[in-house]
Amino acid sequence: MKIAVCVKQVPDSWAEKTMANGLLDRAGVDAVLNDLDEYAVEEALRIVEAHGGNGEGGAHSITVISMGPDRATDAVRKALSMGADSAVIVTDSALSGSDALATSKVLASVIASRGFDLVICGTESTDARMSVVPAMLAQRLGWASLTFAGATEVNPEQSTVMITRDTEVGREKIAAKLPAVISVIEKINDPRYPSFKGIMAAKKKSMEVINLESTGITSESVGSSGAWSIVEDAQLRPPRGAGIKVVDEGDAGNQLVGFLAERKLI
Amino acid sequence: MSDVFVLAQFTDGIATNTTIELATYGARIGSVTAVILAAPGAGAALAAQLTSGPIAHVIVVENADFARYGVSATSDALGQLVAQHRPSALLISSSAFGKEVAGCVAVIIDSGIITDAVDVSADLIATQIIFGGSTTVHSRISHGCSIITLRPNSVTADITSSKPDVNFVELAIADNAKKAETLSVEPPVKGGRPDLTQANVIISGGRGTSGDFSGVEALADLLGAAVGASRAATDAGWYPHSLQVGQTGKTVSPQLYVACGISGAIQHRAGMQTSKTIVVINKDPEAPIFEIADFGVVGDLFNVLPQACEAVRARRA
Repeated sequence: MKIAVCVKQVPDSWAEKTMANGLLDRAGVDAVLNDLDEYAVEEALRIVEAHGGNGEGGAHSITVISMGPDRATDAVRKALSMGADSAVIVTDSALSGSDALATSKVLASVIASRGFDLVICGTESTDARMSVVPAMLAQRLGWASLTFAGATEVNPEQSTVMITRDTEVGREKIAAKLPAVISVIEKINDPRYPSFKGIMAAKKKSMEVINLESTGITSESVGSSGAWSIVEDAQLRPPRGAGIKVVDEGDAGNQLVGFLAERKLI
Repeated sequence: MSDVFVLAQFTDGIATNTTIELATYGARIGSVTAVILAAPGAGAALAAQLTSGPIAHVIVVENADFARYGVSATSDALGQLVAQHRPSALLISSSAFGKEVAGCVAVIIDSGIITDAVDVSADLIATQIIFGGSTTVHSRISHGCSIITLRPNSVTADITSSKPDVNFVELAIADNAKKAETLSVEPPVKGGRPDLTQANVIISGGRGTSGDFSGVEALADLLGAAVGASRAATDAGWYPHSLQVGQTGKTVSPQLYVACGISGAIQHRAGMQTSKTIVVINKDPEAPIFEIADFGVVGDLFNVLPQACEAVRARRA
């Protein structure tokens, strides 16, 4: 079974983020592997480990796929040191400013041309937070979409996948034939820390860097020029004014309710 | 006058307030058509629900595939309807389901998409509040139908009565949209509290509750509020993950958010910072959540909450 895990390099979620020319300013902030993608890498590892493993002698393989600036290699390297086998990075100056539509188009093209059975994603990136790329990927590939999984069951022999997820309507069980795209929530597992051995091994793993042209997608349909949503303006919001702060001396509960009444909230 | 489609949604057969909010936005832009995607035989009763809000027309599609194939079937049907009727905008509630549907429809009909908007103007400029509440962005869609998902509780719903015409439409769902099948749904245990993402008032508990949510729940029930929890509380198993507020949980924007024993990590703030009024109870005067509090109490929630409940009862007596 060939598994692809899509990962993104994002600004550290603790960093202060700002806009520059209508885009997230990525230059001045630390870039890390999107937290939520670590769960996708871990889930891929657990799936193959339950069915004979990956790497040399294993029946399965895990390929990390990422799109981003050159330094996206750092995030990819982390995924490799956790245990993925190889990586494909699409990097091209034309991709800067790509929206979710363009991102899904590029990822789908790489996945379709290399042939995979299963794609695993995190539920969202901690920077853009749209959480639509996994569903868009499945839509573009014409594959089954099983998102927000809290548990997965993959059967490589039967070519099937089933997930369990909790939504507004309740606990759902969803099943499909492979190939499929799944996204996993952060409750699904505890991602492993890369071991020293894993970190050393990752240095020798194949990391293929390709440009946009080799995906067969034209530069007009991606990046800022190809984005179908245009930022008109972005402004820093005034910080919330410092409110009232009281130290409880026995009647703070009453004061609190007094405040709510004043604001007509009760 | 241009047409706007809104995806109508229902909970236990009742139209969600968000549906009326979407129609309220839609009416700024043009004539509103509400789309109901229902199980066979269920459409007429749902259409009869849409008697308030500025809704001019209702399109009902009945098909068993919507329940079986979820997002994919819903997107396929909406894609067909939008391709046929060419509305200027498609407005959908910004839930996990709504955002995925919007994303798939955008792929199907080759249109731009904006998610998590908190406002949309008559000329289709959407407002989003991003980066954990620090930045306001205005943007518009430059290609195809303006597909925009809007967060619940962001506008005062226009509840003027309406009597839309209702049209039943037959659609076949494409085979491509039938690849992931819902085998079973186990309904959540209803606590009788409002849905977290739709609630006007939310009382949330965190690490400081030490797992005892009784005070949080008592105030919530007194105020008809939903109960939320921080990641620390859900990770500890004190409260269900489905009620987690924050970056990896639900994003909420109620009129009133009361954070009890929550320190206010940036991941939590990202999920609640756009609440209209924020009240905080925390023992630690240095807790970062105080930075965004309209009213903060430095104190023990086990003393403050019972007194607050008593004070609410006294005011009502």
